[in-house]
Amino acid sequence: MLSDNLDAPLKTPSAGVFVWPRFSGWMLLALLIAALVLVPVAVTFSSFSHTEGDTLAHLTEFVLPGLIVNTLWLVLGVGIAVSVLGVSLAWLVAMCEFPGRRLFDWALLLPLALPAYVTAFVAIGLLDFTGPLQTALREAFGPMQLPEIRSRGGVILVMSLALYPYVYLIAKNAFSTQGAIALEAAQSLGLSRTQGFFRVALPMARPWIAAGLMLALMETLADFGTMAIFNYDTFTTAIYKAWYSLFSLPAAAQLASILILFVLVAVVFEQRSRAKMRYGAVGRSAASRRIKLSPTMAALALLYASTVLAIAFIIPVTQLALWARDVMADDLDSRYWAFAWHSLLLAGMGALIVVGVSLLLAYAGRQRPTKTMMWAQRLATIGYAFPGAVLAVGLFIPVAWLDNWLIDTGRDWFGFEGHEVLKGTLLVMLLAYLVRFLAVGFGPIESGLHRITRNVDEAARNLGTGAAGLLTRVHLPMLRASLLTAAVFAFVDIMKEMPITLMTRPFGWDTLAVRVFEMTSEGEWERAALPSLAIVIAGIIPIILLTWRGAHSHG
Amino acid sequence: MAELVLNSVSQSYGSRQIIADLSFNLPEGAIGCLLGPSGCGKTTALRCISGFEPIQTGEIRIGGEVVSLPDWMLSAEKRRVGMVFQDYALFPHMTVAANVGFGLRSATKAARQARIDELLVLVGLAGHADQFPHQLSGGQQQRVALARALAPRPRLILMDEPFSNLDVELRERLSIEVRDILKREATTALIVTHDQNEAFALADWVGVMHEGRIQQWDTPYNLYHEPTNRFVADFVGQGALVIGEVINDHQVEIELGILSGHIPVECDASGCNECVRNCRVDVLLRPDDIIHDDDSLMLAEVENKAFRGAEFLYTLKLPSGQRALSLVPSHHNHAIGEKIGIKLAVDHVVAFRRE
Amino acid sequence: MKPTQLLAAFALCATALPVLAEEVVVYSARNEQLIKPLFDAYTRDTGVQIKFITDKEGPLMARLKAEGRNTPADVLLTVDAGNLWQASEEELLRPIQSKILTANVPAHLRDPGNEWFGLSVRARTLIYNTSKVKPADLSTYEDLANPKWKGRLCLRTSKKVYNQSLVAMMITEYGEDKTEDMVRGWVSNLATSPFPDDTKAMEAVAAGQCDVTLVNTYYYGRLMEKNPNLPLGIFWPNQNLKNKAAGVHVNISGAGVTRNAKNPAGAQKLIEWLSSDKAQNLFADANLEYPVNPKIAPDKTVAAWGGFKQNLINVKEAGSLQVQAVKLMDRAGYK
Repeated sequence: MLSDNLDAPLKTPSAGVFVWPRFSGWMLLALLIAALVLVPVAVTFSSFSHTEGDTLAHLTEFVLPGLIVNTLWLVLGVGIAVSVLGVSLAWLVAMCEFPGRRLFDWALLLPLALPAYVTAFVAIGLLDFTGPLQTALREAFGPMQLPEIRSRGGVILVMSLALYPYVYLIAKNAFSTQGAIALEAAQSLGLSRTQGFFRVALPMARPWIAAGLMLALMETLADFGTMAIFNYDTFTTAIYKAWYSLFSLPAAAQLASILILFVLVAVVFEQRSRAKMRYGAVGRSAASRRIKLSPTMAALALLYASTVLAIAFIIPVTQLALWARDVMADDLDSRYWAFAWHSLLLAGMGALIVVGVSLLLAYAGRQRPTKTMMWAQRLATIGYAFPGAVLAVGLFIPVAWLDNWLIDTGRDWFGFEGHEVLKGTLLVMLLAYLVRFLAVGFGPIESGLHRITRNVDEAARNLGTGAAGLLTRVHLPMLRASLLTAAVFAFVDIMKEMPITLMTRPFGWDTLAVRVFEMTSEGEWERAALPSLAIVIAGIIPIILLTWRGAHSHG
Repeated sequence: MAELVLNSVSQSYGSRQIIADLSFNLPEGAIGCLLGPSGCGKTTALRCISGFEPIQTGEIRIGGEVVSLPDWMLSAEKRRVGMVFQDYALFPHMTVAANVGFGLRSATKAARQARIDELLVLVGLAGHADQFPHQLSGGQQQRVALARALAPRPRLILMDEPFSNLDVELRERLSIEVRDILKREATTALIVTHDQNEAFALADWVGVMHEGRIQQWDTPYNLYHEPTNRFVADFVGQGALVIGEVINDHQVEIELGILSGHIPVECDASGCNECVRNCRVDVLLRPDDIIHDDDSLMLAEVENKAFRGAEFLYTLKLPSGQRALSLVPSHHNHAIGEKIGIKLAVDHVVAFRRE
Repeated sequence: MKPTQLLAAFALCATALPVLAEEVVVYSARNEQLIKPLFDAYTRDTGVQIKFITDKEGPLMARLKAEGRNTPADVLLTVDAGNLWQASEEELLRPIQSKILTANVPAHLRDPGNEWFGLSVRARTLIYNTSKVKPADLSTYEDLANPKWKGRLCLRTSKKVYNQSLVAMMITEYGEDKTEDMVRGWVSNLATSPFPDDTKAMEAVAAGQCDVTLVNTYYYGRLMEKNPNLPLGIFWPNQNLKNKAAGVHVNISGAGVTRNAKNPAGAQKLIEWLSSDKAQNLFADANLEYPVNPKIAPDKTVAAWGGFKQNLINVKEAGSLQVQAVKLMDRAGYK
């Protein structure tokens, strides 16, 4: 095979790379991360080793049918509402010009900072029979039958208002990179703008919309706080019922296992649509090609966006501020600073960890894009659909087991006298946050990484950069926006998180969310307003930061 | 700068053979081109040379150094091979100057700046140093990509369909410009393209590729005038094949007359065909081999005509019914269906044995 | 600044450090704002440090179980007898011998096996709209199932342990079938879907959405403190009955010493202190509850509601029958 007429002496091949490494460190890393998520899943599924026939039989006969129907309606309702809201607002803001558009661009994200359970108690407080609106109407017009907020419709409304930003942000990104091209292609084929939207732009953006929808629906399924306030029975509330009321954690875990199975099925479907995601190379911004709306349409657009912003954010926050003002004198003391500090610290650390691990996971997928890798990545993100307390228990049990083993070994070998090694630290908490929120960090980072074409990688390598240089000089700078998005999502979600924080926090680590729990569990909704408001304020700042940076990078 | 040598390189993906027995030799400072239709394996060959694909057989040597063997390859970042991609692959977060200077790590700041300036002048983008890629036109981006690849003085430059994203007038102009730049830097370069005009404008040596193999590695002139097999004859330039019969070792008779000249003998793996007398062959007639002569008694019917500005390209139907092409100055505007007089003006006789 | 804060935080949390002062660790389902003043008072009195964690009972017990022998918890403090009973069933508590507790806590408000003790009493009673209902119209819990109350009854959700305990006690008093009929009666009389908490139910009564509801007394106290002008009155049912069902249904907020407590003596002392005079006032009055110790007078506001006969069945039945009660409520369609 080697040519016989070599003129120059062969240089010894020493500084080479073997072509097919037998074993991939990246694959191992991805599998380890997925394994982490599977620990609580495994613990949950292990509950099947107990037989809880009575409990499950009772639930199946009297409770499950009703709440499966409830859950399906909820998922359907929220799915549709969130899609319609998110996509329509994204289209208006990304593609059209109307007064106030620049403001709405970032303002429509603000509901992310508001926990759904807070919006829930504000909505009920305002709109229920005893609330100011109905009371005023009764005084003016006499007794009347008004739509009930504490109903299926009410839950769907509140959840949709809290969750549409996930779809909104992702769809907005998709439209601003692809929307103009799609419209122009459609128009060149004789379609009107409306037809162009429905027949070209929307289908092209479908995989992204599906990703945002997935996040929103997973959060809906896992939600307990909002459902408790509405007294709306879903599959997840049955899980808690089995645990708290029927004293059967194994039965609760068995139900949770079924929930996880459904989520896995949904993940499979979503995976199919992911495969259709095509990312174009970086192009010009679409600023020059905005659709100018007629004055009527522009006015309608303004009205629509304002209404959504008002009911999803401005009105609830105003109500919170009014309530907080009433209780502030009594409740706001030096301990509040500690609560706020704990919240910020945990959210900050948690966000950093989530972003770091998400980056590793996305990178692993880039290095070894095999089917196994893809499944590892998908599995690693299902923690988001877990009901929070079940996830907490699912992690706590193995950690406690490990802890006990460490303590016992330590006692036998080293005379260790303590009773906690891992349990009392922030480790379990941060780990639980990671498992739960990997999904929100991974999504934006993976999208961002996909947008960096292979050619860019190869161009850099041809210019003499090794793997480390590629990461630091090319990938990380290009991923800045995605990393920031991931960090903000994770930060805000951790700030709002309740059940995991409650269960895994070390002594003396109460946070703002814990305060909200303490108040709402006693029905003290006005007093809950103060910590809720603090959570919202702390969450707004990173959101504004995110969107200002985003505006900057579009030149 | 260095010479590039490929010896019997092959690469397959699963059961599909992408390139097979690829061998050629590109001298130092020369510009080579792999020309072929899509799917012929030319891009894969490029990726093997740049170090992103392994090879199954053979070897690749750059400047005498072995860089690829069947079970080993030097990693891409160590090869000092520059590459210009079809989509330019510029770093969107860096200015033009930063892009160009990306590969210049070891030099001092002053030396880096000097080299960046030098290259920007070379590619004609001196005033654009602080702009970002998305602010430039396609042609400008391509020139930045070239400058970036040239900056670290690579041993070899590879270009993958460099002009396919640009419009036609720009292509021609840029081909000439790029050739100038490469010659001035005395860079050995290998281009890959499906566009003949590009190949001929840019390259000193062209390899026509088909189904993973090089059919002929030669100068553009020779490829056009002396194709060694049917595929090359078909792919390069335009022409028609007419039936002929060999009279002796320097004459072949076709419908339009007798052609004299060196009759190339077609050789393949099984040996060369001696074709001395009465061999039936297909003779290649290029459009410039047939000229219009009003005085000629040989008539052909105009079947089709394509206006080319200075010329018409006529598709002619010969008395026997065979087709031939002819380039005729355009002030001879004949109608379709008209019969015109034609004459042979063949310099190179290209004939392939008929089976 | 942050790295050192982090290090400090981690160091604080690792309890491998030697304990400098005596310490008792409490897992509490009773809210932080109610117990902190109490624990601070204890520390002032005795110098003992109290570390505590608050959470819902379910996770607290799951935590205790998982931690097993190495749990840091000495005391489990809950807001309902049912959960204490369950903790005892799961062998998470240990029996203690205490003359003080036996003297201070009435027999029906503590565990016969001495594993847990009530520390405050909350009554679950009727609240009615004073402008629409006369006290003479009301009599018993069971009467609320009477069709005359159709569309006039508001209830809190069955998911809250207080209602579960109520129904559990009723099963003890009347048996399952009769109780189920009663609960069905309640459900058919509902004016609107059940509320997530007692306060909302009372507000609905005040606003006229319904006429009567069932709440824990301290919620009534809190609401009236905020809005003294609400047309709400309190009524003590089951006062004239002669059978097991006689008396207002009561429940306890109570505590027990954990089985694997590291400081069981300190835990016992804490619980005893909580049942003593000074603490009883702090414990109960802070939340407008009744002291468990019958010798101690309740808060003025609470006393103003009048005296009443309590139901004397041991509150552990609230726990032992909770599962049946929940299933019963599911069958009856009480959400």
